[in-house]
Amino acid sequence: MNIDLLIKMANQISEFFQGTTDPDKAATDVATHLRRYWDPRMRKQIVAYCEERHGAGLTNTAIAGVQLLAQQEQKAAAPAAAASAGAAAPGPKS
Amino acid sequence: MYSVGYEDLGTPTPPAGTAAAVTLEIDGTQVTVPDGTSIMRAAALAGVKVPKLCATDSLKAFGSCRVCLVEVEGRKGYPASCTTQVAAGMKVRTQSDKLMSLRRGVVDLYVSDHPLECQGCPAHGHCELEDIAAQVGITQTSYAPGAAHRPQAKDESNPYFTFNPELCIVCSRCVRACDETQGTLALTIQGRGFGSKVAASEDEPFLESECVSCGACVEACPTAALTEKSIIGLGVAERAVGTTCAYCGVGCALKAEVRGSGADTEVVRMVPQRDGKANHGHACVKGRFAWGYATHEDRIRTPMIRKSIRDEWRPVSWEEAIGYAASELRRIQAKYGVNSIGGITSSRCTNEETFLVQKLIRAAFGTNNVDTCARVCHSPTGYGLKNTLGESAGTQAFDSVMQADVIFIIGANPTEGHPVFGSQLKRRLREGAKLLIADPRETALVRTPHVEADVHMQLQPGTNVALLNAMAHVVVTEGLVKEAYVAERCEPEPFARWKAFVSEERNSPESSEGVTGVPAHMVREAARLFATAGNGAIYYGLGVTEHSQGTTAVMAIANLSMATGNLGREGVGVNPLRGQNNVQGSCDMGSFPHEFSAYRHVSDPTTRALFEAAWGVPLQSEPGLRIPNMFEAALDGTFKGMYVQGEDFVQSDPNTHHVNAAMESMECVIVQDLFLNETAKFAHVFLPGSSFLEKDGTFTNAERRVSRVRKVLEPLAGYQDWEVTCLLSNALGYPMHYAHPQEIMEEIARLTPTFAALTYEKIDRLGSVQWPCTDEAPEGTPTMHVHQFVRGKGKFWPTEYVPTSERSTSRYPLILTTGRVLTQYNVGAQTRRTNNVVWHAEDVLEIHPHDAEVRGIADGDWVGLTSRAGDTVLRAKVSEKIAPGVVYTTFHFPETNANVVTTENSDWATNCPEYKVTAVEVVQVNQADAWRRRAEAERALPHGGRKQRRDPAPA
Ligand code: SF4
Ligand code: SF4
Ligand code: SF4
Ligand code: FES
Repeated sequence: MNIDLLIKMANQISEFFQGTTDPDKAATDVATHLRRYWDPRMRKQIVAYCEERHGAGLTNTAIAGVQLLAQQEQKAAAPAAAASAGAAAPGPKS
Repeated sequence: MYSVGYEDLGTPTPPAGTAAAVTLEIDGTQVTVPDGTSIMRAAALAGVKVPKLCATDSLKAFGSCRVCLVEVEGRKGYPASCTTQVAAGMKVRTQSDKLMSLRRGVVDLYVSDHPLECQGCPAHGHCELEDIAAQVGITQTSYAPGAAHRPQAKDESNPYFTFNPELCIVCSRCVRACDETQGTLALTIQGRGFGSKVAASEDEPFLESECVSCGACVEACPTAALTEKSIIGLGVAERAVGTTCAYCGVGCALKAEVRGSGADTEVVRMVPQRDGKANHGHACVKGRFAWGYATHEDRIRTPMIRKSIRDEWRPVSWEEAIGYAASELRRIQAKYGVNSIGGITSSRCTNEETFLVQKLIRAAFGTNNVDTCARVCHSPTGYGLKNTLGESAGTQAFDSVMQADVIFIIGANPTEGHPVFGSQLKRRLREGAKLLIADPRETALVRTPHVEADVHMQLQPGTNVALLNAMAHVVVTEGLVKEAYVAERCEPEPFARWKAFVSEERNSPESSEGVTGVPAHMVREAARLFATAGNGAIYYGLGVTEHSQGTTAVMAIANLSMATGNLGREGVGVNPLRGQNNVQGSCDMGSFPHEFSAYRHVSDPTTRALFEAAWGVPLQSEPGLRIPNMFEAALDGTFKGMYVQGEDFVQSDPNTHHVNAAMESMECVIVQDLFLNETAKFAHVFLPGSSFLEKDGTFTNAERRVSRVRKVLEPLAGYQDWEVTCLLSNALGYPMHYAHPQEIMEEIARLTPTFAALTYEKIDRLGSVQWPCTDEAPEGTPTMHVHQFVRGKGKFWPTEYVPTSERSTSRYPLILTTGRVLTQYNVGAQTRRTNNVVWHAEDVLEIHPHDAEVRGIADGDWVGLTSRAGDTVLRAKVSEKIAPGVVYTTFHFPETNANVVTTENSDWATNCPEYKVTAVEVVQVNQADAWRRRAEAERALPHGGRKQRRDPAPA
């Protein structure tokens, strides 16, 4: 997807949460928001972008949030991969 | 005239809450009624019909015709039963020789001016004068021919009704209906005696007067003086079927009056239901009159398919169309993955249909790529209210406004967008409630007969959050917080954080004045009034949600209401005015990609297990794509097929060129709609839809009220919309078998906690039910959050104002904001196909005289409207209603397609598009046709004829 748009959206989200709480919590809120509302392909893309381009164009809170999201997804992927082997998944995820 | 079969009780119910019961005797029968009831009404409730002409139960008693006289034991004379209230122990006689002779005298006089030439009269068989004359045994007048109302010319200027002064008995019901019910005050009685007559405005034709064609006067008229043209054409209806308006979120209860049966059924007219709980017998020009689109010749009656969007459509059987659609969807999934397809539910379809479409997508497609058109209007309401109060819905019933002392309207224009609620609101304002308005335009409510806003904050588009923060600043720093309420009901820590945040000097009205453009003293006055004038209620619309900070603004509204203790009882609350009829319902039914019905996240294992067990398939735990994300994914090549029920996003969504480019990259688009709409230009399968007159189901209005939609006509193309969804599902190998939408509602109730105790039987019995409808609240819930907030403790959120990136520049120096007009609806697909075009035949651009002058633009000139996203051409309307620097238009007509210029900017939380703020330039153009032809040619080309400019917003 258009990465500029995703960057803009992630920044907007971070701008809301950074005003609501302390910086650590704001990063968690950003990560939670992305996990709950963004389709996996959008999350994958912003995580990849953030890693490759060191978060260029993202606010600090957005970077922290995306990095946290990346860690959470990695953690979730490990046991889920094991568990889903052989399970009736609804279909391949793009 | 009121609906066929309706029993008019003559005078309204006395105000609720008064009233000890009073027992009296009428014609020897004991009757018990609430104190304050008229004798006429008490008699009618006891089955005794007292003749009447100037009284009807939708209007206050007037006492002018004197045909309703009765005798009361121990009283002198013959009091009018409509204006005389009951008293305990009263003994009333409604029949006696004397009464009969008095009544005959009155009717005789009326008939002298209105001969009983009933055969051939359009109201014959449903005229109150005709009925009463028969009741008192008068067939002709005893007076010699003399002065009379005839002959006088008919006024046929209104497209929907005729005024024939010859048939008028000057009962004033129409005048009072326009005053009391509609609040437009367009009618008066001019002259005296036989010279008296009903006049619209300054005795102008109805069409040219202030009349807004709501039809209230026509419904109230006892004779054929004011009559629907459809009755004149088709005759009085034979029967009436109760249903719900399919236009706006007020959800008026209507009666479809029909003649004939089966395939020959014809709708004669639509009339408001007097016992309708959302509308109390009122309607507007859309619901009342603009239903002709349902049988318009443009309706598509045969399914069609084509391989490519450049091919001609090929009409095919239902079987072939469905088979082709299913095979294409499966082919695409096999090639690009299960999540390469999705679909869109419609806020114009029923709850049952919406529920079924999201079920089809989640269970049969196997993906969560489902979204709804609420995405582009009220998605921020859902997110904002869920996170502050705990429920994604408005907190009150419409009737609650009658208890409000101060009403704050922000980003909404109820008299145009939600007219019947607008009328109720005006009634409350005439009773003395205070009015605060925040709107970049001078909307009708700012100044209207007997109503004037106490404060109109004409803010810059895009600065709602700054304004709301400034109001909160005043509330907090001037010690107006309802501390005990907050301490008892809200989380303390977030409240403290919010309090500190809004107290900061940068949030003061003085500091934000430069941003909002609203003088600080006005903001202070508004905030003080809201916090101190008693019950404070906030009403808001798309002017709040359709911004990059839409969700933040909704949260700021909830903050302000909690801080001032204005939630949890009648007269207060946070009230989103929903645009389309079933926006609330489509959201409730699980149309968002991340939520099942009742707003439960797809990642929640318990909820998912419930649905998996019921639907017999595994379901995804990840959120799917939202509508704007679908377009992005389409351009990326990862989203290739979609099923779109009753939605025209190519016209309604922002940045048309971008949407067009995305749609062209799709391999299978299935459109189900009444008409070949703009989206259908990009479709491969077209499935004919059914109008609300052709289906059974329910709609949920803005006050969470679930009302029945009942089938009046056979579906033109053979199937109701929900049946088509079942066909598609079956063809995909996921069986769906329902005999009636009632069975779908049973499934909804089983799977949706807030609907747990809702049944069709209950809706039929109670008329309508407001969810939550549960074992604890078996008859529904008019007011939410009564004892505590749904989330437990209310949660305050600091709402930092972040200016939108869409700013005026030297290239695009003006800010465009958009809205709607009374007579047209949304993309206009329905209303443009009715006579409503006599009021609004095209979209125009409102521009302030100063901005017009410097551009050499005169009223009525063609102007080009350009933004970084695109350009269009329309006529200018020079108007002081709009602030300098701001221009305004509607988006009802595809020829103008205002969304060519709106951008991809969207709300941070929900991607609701920022329709309300676009930087534009306006120039006078001499050759509108050339502009328009170019624009049309561009629209017809791949990629909308232009390369997408995706540059960041101009600095
Ligand atoms: S037009 Fe109808 S309602 Fe109005 S005064 Fe005449 S008879 Fe009465
Ligand atoms: S149609 Fe409505 S606005 Fe027009 S005159 Fe009648 S009551 Fe008034
Ligand atoms: S107010 Fe809304 S629901 Fe009522 S008749 Fe008008 S359009 Fe229909
Ligand atoms: S109906 Fe009572 S005076 Fe007219």
